Amino acid sequence: MSQPSEPTQTDSYRPQGHYDAAEAPIQQPKLGFVGYLRFFWRQLTSMRTALFLLLLLAIAAIPGSLVPQVSSDPNGVIQYKANNPELAPILDKLQVFTTYSSVWFSAIYLLLFVSLIGCVIPRTKHHFDALRARPPKTPARLQRLEGFTTRSAAGDPATAVETARALLKRAGYRTEVYDDSVSAERGYLRETGNLVFHTALIGVLVAVGIGGGFGYTGQRVVVEGYAMTNTLASYDSFNPGRFFTDSALVPYSIAVDSFVPTYETTNIAAFGQPIDYVANVRTTLRGGDPQDATIKVNEPLHIGDTQVYLLGNGYAPVLTIKDPDGNIVFSQPTACLPQDANLTSNCIIKLPDGLAEQVGMIGFFYPSAVPLADGTLMSNFPDTINPVISLNMYTGDLGLDNGVGSNAYALSLDNLTQIAGAASATPAIKLSPGESADLPDGLGTIEFTSVPRFVSLDVHHDPAQTWVLLFAVLVVAGLVTSLFIPRRRVWVKVASSADGVLELEYAGLARGDDPGLDAAVAELADRHLDQLAPKVEP
Amino acid sequence: MTDTLVTYSNIAVYSAMAIYALAFIMFTLDLSRRAAAPAAVPARVEAVASGSTAVLVEPPLVDDAPTKSPRYLRAAMALTILAWALHVAAAVLRGVAAGRVPWANMFEFTLTATAIIVGVFLVVQFWQDLRFVGAFVSGFVLIALGIAATNFYVDVVPLPPALQSAWLVIHVFVASLGTGFFALGAALSIVQLLQARRAAGKAAGLRFLDTLPAAEKLENMAYRMIVVGFVLWTFTLIAGAIWAERAWGRYWGWDTKEVWTFIIWTIFAGYIHARATRGWRGSRSATLAIIGFTAVVFNFTIVNLFFKGLHAYSGL
Repeated sequence: MSQPSEPTQTDSYRPQGHYDAAEAPIQQPKLGFVGYLRFFWRQLTSMRTALFLLLLLAIAAIPGSLVPQVSSDPNGVIQYKANNPELAPILDKLQVFTTYSSVWFSAIYLLLFVSLIGCVIPRTKHHFDALRARPPKTPARLQRLEGFTTRSAAGDPATAVETARALLKRAGYRTEVYDDSVSAERGYLRETGNLVFHTALIGVLVAVGIGGGFGYTGQRVVVEGYAMTNTLASYDSFNPGRFFTDSALVPYSIAVDSFVPTYETTNIAAFGQPIDYVANVRTTLRGGDPQDATIKVNEPLHIGDTQVYLLGNGYAPVLTIKDPDGNIVFSQPTACLPQDANLTSNCIIKLPDGLAEQVGMIGFFYPSAVPLADGTLMSNFPDTINPVISLNMYTGDLGLDNGVGSNAYALSLDNLTQIAGAASATPAIKLSPGESADLPDGLGTIEFTSVPRFVSLDVHHDPAQTWVLLFAVLVVAGLVTSLFIPRRRVWVKVASSADGVLELEYAGLARGDDPGLDAAVAELADRHLDQLAPKVEP
Repeated sequence: MTDTLVTYSNIAVYSAMAIYALAFIMFTLDLSRRAAAPAAVPARVEAVASGSTAVLVEPPLVDDAPTKSPRYLRAAMALTILAWALHVAAAVLRGVAAGRVPWANMFEFTLTATAIIVGVFLVVQFWQDLRFVGAFVSGFVLIALGIAATNFYVDVVPLPPALQSAWLVIHVFVASLGTGFFALGAALSIVQLLQARRAAGKAAGLRFLDTLPAAEKLENMAYRMIVVGFVLWTFTLIAGAIWAERAWGRYWGWDTKEVWTFIIWTIFAGYIHARATRGWRGSRSATLAIIGFTAVVFNFTIVNLFFKGLHAYSGL
């Protein structure tokens, strides 16, 4: 033991930064059942196991960055599975697509936290005792300790000891006088900070868990001029936490009046790059008056215990389709998925009823269409300089009648025949806003009415978010305290006094990393001497 | 105007690289001088005040080799300071040209982060003589700047909406500051490992090590660098989470960059615990520090360029 004054303890009682000399071989006693339980608990809460689990956690996190995750990149997972048909089922079994909620990843971090708790609790108790204990007795031979230095001064021992004690007290030490010496200790805050750090980590984990359990997230695409409400039925997709109930949804509505993007037009290197996105909305809480608000990318809207984020945007062309008699069978915006930076967008329209046959359309919308050499179009700017929609049309079975839900953004061509497009007699229908055309086979007419934009809004509710932040701040505070406040013991001793001349000894002991100890002891010695013999030149 | 400033900035970058190259050569020559005269008393150049001017007094010439050692070192440090001034000027000009902080894409981030690494290296000298890692620092920065200038270079473009936040200034700056401390920690840990091997009689050829601090001293210095880096990294992680909550709607989503930031945090947490674990102090914890810094470099290069994620701001 490097600290003779400490009682024998297990690793977990040690202050941070402490380490031991090499161990002597141990005679193992026979263990009963409880003995084994204690043994495994000791093993789990030992620093060595904690270190092993920490490094294991680092390694276990790697696969989730190599393989797309369901939580952050669901389309990537689908793509990956299609590209790796042999490997994917094995990875799926091993829960690699959901690494961070997998059994094995959870097992590691839960064990780590159990180990952490098993370490923090006894250390807290030990630290609590230490806070009330007196600084230990002055060692017999100070010269064996760090920063040992001596001074001589005139005076009597009692005054010298009392002056040293006052000096140390003012410097924030706890002091205790033993005979002709002062024993002092400071830096208890180091261990306090360390315990705060580790406890706050547990706090972060618990708060994240609670937030995930009681919170929810929902996504909704809203076209300019339309509104969404904070109800289950209103969302395109909704991810409730484990303990979510409908009562957590605060009723409100958000109407999107307009969406205004700004694109770079002067800097050629960044031509067409988005500079700003602003959604102008009107919000209404139940029973309240409508209020105007804006949502921007880094400026979410706070409403009804939720945050509303602007996470995407695009075009939603309004097409009006009439039957041969002139009756409107379809007239609404269709949100088209952007395919590139210039917002070439993919539109899917399904018309199961109203016309003589079921009609499906796959369209490409070009906000700034320019013709390519081969006659196809491309968009060269994300804003609507020359908007054109080009539609391929199909008739047949859309596959909507069997009651199984289908993806609104995809069209299965299995039971469909093309009636307009490259594979049929009629070319694809190309329209600019205000233009209309006849549908093939005398099915009716189609008009490109207007091009509003859509925004995709993310609604988040996390009741524990503030707690996560609070604990995170405590983590940093605890960390800084535990790493940079030195914990040290210092002794001042009157070694001998003859003829009114005192031989004074000073020494320190570092507890944990303490680069400034020697300097601190020397400074103490000098200041002590100054006080003992204020104006006497040596 | 922007183009002119960018041109000046680029000239400054290439000039800085040239001078860093010279500094690297000087640092290396210094190491070889150390190897030539390991047993000699470290030569000292004393500043003697005579009247109002300080005069540099060379020690008496007993042997040629030991007196040249500090001369190379002094030249290397002077060149490093000069290169750093140009380097900082390049970053500042780039920022002025863009009208924002100069760390919004990989080129700019490398430019600024390497300037911070050298800055940390220079500032730390006031507190501890770490000039012997100058070869590592100047060499590393030279390679990083070279790759950035040739492979990562992009024109000045405005910030996309997701980056328009005060957190860009805080989060990224603190991350590069942390990287600077981790780099120095790794450099010291490498020397520490060499020193430990030499003490074990395995690296007899590396005679310059005799003039450097012992393994334990190096370990303590590395530790002090790394704990500062660790605090900054912790802050980076939390600041990033706060920003992610504002910009992406969640504070943590296991994005690839978040994963690697977490992995690096865990490795260095392991490093700090390793020093308090029997059997892990010394070479093992030094290895962890080097692995940790390797992960930092990996996170910045491979993860940025080849991993799919939300931190897609390389500009490439």
